Amino acid sequence: LTLCWFFYLAIGHHIPIYTQCLILVISNKESAAQQKGLLIFGVVLSVLLQETFRFAYYKLLKKANEGLLTLSQEETMPISIRQLAYVSGLGFGFMSGAFSVVNILADSAGPGTVGIHGDSQHYFLSSAFMTMAIILLHMFWGVVFFDACEKQRWWAVGAVVISHLLVSCLTFQNPEYVASLVPTYVILFLMGVWAFYSAGGSLKNLKLCLTCKDKDLLLANHRPR
Amino acid sequence: MSTLPVVFSAFQTRKMDLLSNKWIINLIFCCFFIGVSCNSVENKIYVHLNYTIPCVRLLNATHQIGCQSSLSGDVGVLHVLESEANLDWVLKTGPNPPYMVILDSTLFTRSIMMKLKTGSSRVAGVVVVAPSSNPSEGFSPHTTCPNENSGVYSESYDPALAHCNVTVWNPLGNGLSYEEYDFPMFSLKDDNDTQAIKQCYYNHNHVVNGSSPQYPLCAMQLYSHMSAVTDTATCMRRNGINFSLNPETVCDPLGDFNVLASTRPLNYTDKGHKTGESVVIAAARLDSRSFFFDIAPGAESAASGFVTLLAAAHALRNATQEAEPNRTILYAFFQGETFDYIGSSRLVYDMENKQFPLDLDNVHSVLEIGQVGLHGESKLWVHTDPVSRRNSSVNEEVEKLIKNLNSSALNLNFSLQEPSFSQPLPPSSLQRFLRARPIPGVVIQNHNSAFTNKYYESMYDNAEYLNMSYPPNLTPEEQLEYITDAAKALTEAATIVARALYTQAGGSDPIQLQNINVDSQMVTQMLYGFLVKSNNSWFQQMVPSDFAIHLRDRPTNFYVGVTQQHSEPTFLVQYLLANLTGTTVNITQDNCQNQREGEDDKESKHIYSYMWVQGAAPPNSTERVAFCVRSTVRLSKALSPAFDLKEYTSKDYSTWTESRWKSIKGRIFLVASHELEMLTLGVGVAVLIASLMLTYIISSKADILFSSGREPTAATY
Repeated sequence: LTLCWFFYLAIGHHIPIYTQCLILVISNKESAAQQKGLLIFGVVLSVLLQETFRFAYYKLLKKANEGLLTLSQEETMPISIRQLAYVSGLGFGFMSGAFSVVNILADSAGPGTVGIHGDSQHYFLSSAFMTMAIILLHMFWGVVFFDACEKQRWWAVGAVVISHLLVSCLTFQNPEYVASLVPTYVILFLMGVWAFYSAGGSLKNLKLCLTCKDKDLLLANHRPR
Repeated sequence: MSTLPVVFSAFQTRKMDLLSNKWIINLIFCCFFIGVSCNSVENKIYVHLNYTIPCVRLLNATHQIGCQSSLSGDVGVLHVLESEANLDWVLKTGPNPPYMVILDSTLFTRSIMMKLKTGSSRVAGVVVVAPSSNPSEGFSPHTTCPNENSGVYSESYDPALAHCNVTVWNPLGNGLSYEEYDFPMFSLKDDNDTQAIKQCYYNHNHVVNGSSPQYPLCAMQLYSHMSAVTDTATCMRRNGINFSLNPETVCDPLGDFNVLASTRPLNYTDKGHKTGESVVIAAARLDSRSFFFDIAPGAESAASGFVTLLAAAHALRNATQEAEPNRTILYAFFQGETFDYIGSSRLVYDMENKQFPLDLDNVHSVLEIGQVGLHGESKLWVHTDPVSRRNSSVNEEVEKLIKNLNSSALNLNFSLQEPSFSQPLPPSSLQRFLRARPIPGVVIQNHNSAFTNKYYESMYDNAEYLNMSYPPNLTPEEQLEYITDAAKALTEAATIVARALYTQAGGSDPIQLQNINVDSQMVTQMLYGFLVKSNNSWFQQMVPSDFAIHLRDRPTNFYVGVTQQHSEPTFLVQYLLANLTGTTVNITQDNCQNQREGEDDKESKHIYSYMWVQGAAPPNSTERVAFCVRSTVRLSKALSPAFDLKEYTSKDYSTWTESRWKSIKGRIFLVASHELEMLTLGVGVAVLIASLMLTYIISSKADILFSSGREPTAATY
């Protein structure tokens, strides 16, 4: 059942990506300056569209979850909203990553590397790291977003949107890969910490896990999964 | 993570089908969008070559010649060769083999190519930059003794004359065209694209003081994979294998059509010996070749000869129609003579086997026009075969023919001479006739012993070499009409040939003889059309409308090509010969295109051929006035008898075939060092393993990690 949600989410993320590519197609025919302007506009629009869809999924999943509860024979919810947030974010991240990297991967499978027109030859490596950052970021944004919507903290939702915009605009710094990758990874780390806390983690739990004192706790709180 | 085991078991749910369809459709859509819009990555990596002329593989009964690349293209680091000593870098000391060597045309010599051939494990390919003007010292990639084993001079005929023992015909020949190379070789023009390639080399690969160049390096990939291997017998056997529904052909025989015309019409259904008919064959060669594929300007080796014969045929039109001489003149233009006499061997074979309306007994004598391009001197040489002249009757006829030639040259500023010593015939179609029986014949050439053609069968044998120089600032129309020095010289030669043919055919009227004059305007128009631009107004008038679109804005390519592909010069010579020796007849287009003069005429198509040509537009309109030309011009198949007899290892006939190929292209790009590639791969694998392990660890400890701040409704973790 979880798989179904996963796929629905993944498919739905196509729509904002379509618009992004469409805009790129149209913008190819314009002049360079107009192209740049159109590209920026396209990116901003795409980010806003993705976040809107994320919110729409949140609403949809909440309703579906309640509906499932009435249908199912158990008293408890089959899947928690946190798990939903994680899966939704992963779905978004997976699709976004696939779109960005599959094209580059196909072209990297030849004898040549980027650079004959003067571009940096670390293109493939930096695209790969950027894609990894984006996938993880989507996952963290999903968790934070859903949690914020649950608790009606709209400033958190705004923060997610703004950080998404920020990361997308950072890619305009390419080909200065250091200037675009380092801030992205900083944002990734910060969002990761935020997501960890909003998912219910805490420093105490982390210390418990790391020093392997958790076994007693597990045995004490053991319940069938 | 509790959902993970659920994920794997849930693959069996029935909801998968519906979702997977949606998944596939969406994937297809996204791939379409990606492909359309975001292919700029490929443009960042590769620069495709626009103009590529490859060297292809040709096979015969015993060898394969030419070049071969691997199936997925050959990649090599670029290196611009500076001198022969610089070859050391490519063959021994360079740290990044294999190399793609870029040669200037001055370095395209036998010694360099042989060294590259022996060191071919470190050579990925060779690119030759064609210069814009001919090299002054001459260049001929053909062998020194052309058509050595397919002519008449063999051990049995006269061992002293075989294998060019007396005269080496092509002393400048370095035999490069007949070697086998297992790397691709391409030719590029010396233009901006080639400059960009050299610039890439200087930016990334060039070193001074013997240090190593730094990655990334500029590299090139060439694709020219040839399907056929070993020799003709092997590839023809592989053609016939029917493993699948579409049997794949790997090679095709070379060949095309010979163009034949006669002063008296011959009935082509009446094959075999024709009693009472005595024929004088006037022969010329139509084809040429060079090292690279489909480049064969052939100005002196082919065009000079057949243009002279075309002009002579035109000059003889009136003389042979009004007062017919008692012997028929057969004008024969042979295709494929470069490759062991494909055309002439086929005609002799047909004559011997009663596949032709004439027999070898009907042939009285042969007058062949070889390379007659003149570079200032006004002298031509008459070559004969000394062995057949040992027979007194043959000798007598040959002497008569030479006397006719000399008397025709009397009143003109020309001299014809025989070589002073006993010498075999140069490579010529007459040799194939002599293989069958001793026939009196002469070959007219512009050289006494060895060829004077410095660029025999090379890409430099072009209009520039024939001294076809036009004054600057002429429009193409004016250039078409301008009479060059080359045209003037060929006019004289053609007049001699025409008058000699008239006398040889038995014509005895001296007034007719005097009136045989070749029009130099026409000669220069023909030279322009074949050697500068075939798409000109004169050619346009004389071809049918469906051929007119095939006329090109560049010189004609005289490579004979494979039998299935009809070469342009064959058609051009056919239409030209029809217009120049035929007559206009007043019949409808329908009748003309159906080869008949009237509704119930069934006989004319065996004797004549009818052509509906475009014609010219009258001065005050744009519509062309088309008309029908009736002539005796025929095409006769020029495919080596070896392929009909299926004797693919034949020593008697030409067995040349050309390999087939899938794609011919090239591109340049930068290559990264092996270390960087391994590093990228290693980092990727490490990140993958690390993330899998991290996910497993976190999911197994999820209870503990995310235990604080539990929601009351979410009771399951």
